[in-house]
Amino acid sequence: MSKEELLNNISEALKSKFHGDIERIEMQYDFPVFTVNKEKIHEIISFLHSDPELNFHFLTDLTGIQTPDEKHLGVVYHLHNMPKNWRIRLKTFMPMTHPEVSTISDIYSGANWMERETFDFFGIRFIGHPNLKRILNMDEMDYFPMRKEYPLEDQAREDKSDKMFGR
Amino acid sequence: MSKEIQHRTKLEIAKSPEGLEGPGFFATSLDQAVGLARKNSLWPLPFATSCCGIEFMATMASHYDLGRFGAERLSFSPRQADLLMVMGTISKKMGPILRQVYEQMAEPRWVLSVGACASSGGIFDTYSVLQGIDRIIPVDVYVPGCPPRPEQIIDGILKIQELVQNESSRRRNSEEYTKMLNSYGIE
Repeated sequence: MSKEELLNNISEALKSKFHGDIERIEMQYDFPVFTVNKEKIHEIISFLHSDPELNFHFLTDLTGIQTPDEKHLGVVYHLHNMPKNWRIRLKTFMPMTHPEVSTISDIYSGANWMERETFDFFGIRFIGHPNLKRILNMDEMDYFPMRKEYPLEDQAREDKSDKMFGR
Repeated sequence: MSKEIQHRTKLEIAKSPEGLEGPGFFATSLDQAVGLARKNSLWPLPFATSCCGIEFMATMASHYDLGRFGAERLSFSPRQADLLMVMGTISKKMGPILRQVYEQMAEPRWVLSVGACASSGGIFDTYSVLQGIDRIIPVDVYVPGCPPRPEQIIDGILKIQELVQNESSRRRNSEEYTKMLNSYGIE
């Protein structure tokens, strides 16, 4: 099955069940991408996972994203059907003021640590996650370093100030 | 034709400190005798986290052979080590562990910071990396380089040896020393 056929197949299956919650369907760099309603993400992924035809039984990746206007946070899901080698990507967006989305760690156990990482770096709260705490950064960290409003550099650095270069 | 190997035949041994000498006796100060012994029998604890650690392995191996300077025996227990060699990037999450290792070492103890990352954070000017280990523990000698060559690490060890030899036996009990440790929040 070609990528276009896959895109059409899945969008038909999704549209028949979740009409109105599928906000955008597109082919990005030869990869089918579906932007969906945040409130329905658990239902949609659950359907993709358990439907015997679609059978997306493997979660390749889950990560966060922030839009360049700094108004929205998003979560990106990469799903894989290994027997047929189908890969799709799901995106869902939420306002910065209310970064909450349902967990999918009850569907894919592998999502547990990925959601913790996304929380660690973007501050997205996964409702229903069994153990939502920082995983990579130190527990004392009081901000979310991958968000654009925080500087990437360590502010304690002294040897890069102008006086070190005679300026 | 292979090059003929030059063996070094003139060997030097550690020189005895200044003192009073006569037939059957030699008198010197305790500081100097202890300094001489400590200097030539350092037990380093390698805390190697990245590429500087690889250079250190070369330093310990036969070609550069740190054993020539009496630091043959690496101590992998902090309780028996004299010298903490920090080699590589220390992340902020690793910081408390490094500090614990330092606190577990018995006095007298010295710290050698090898490479740009351990000394200042190096190229990793980022939220997750400690910007120099001297933010959490006192450092005696810094070795620059990214990574430094084994010769530079040896040079750092020789500088440490100088400090070890010339250290007064009262230094570790002095008020200034306690104050210095307290400024790092130790004890």
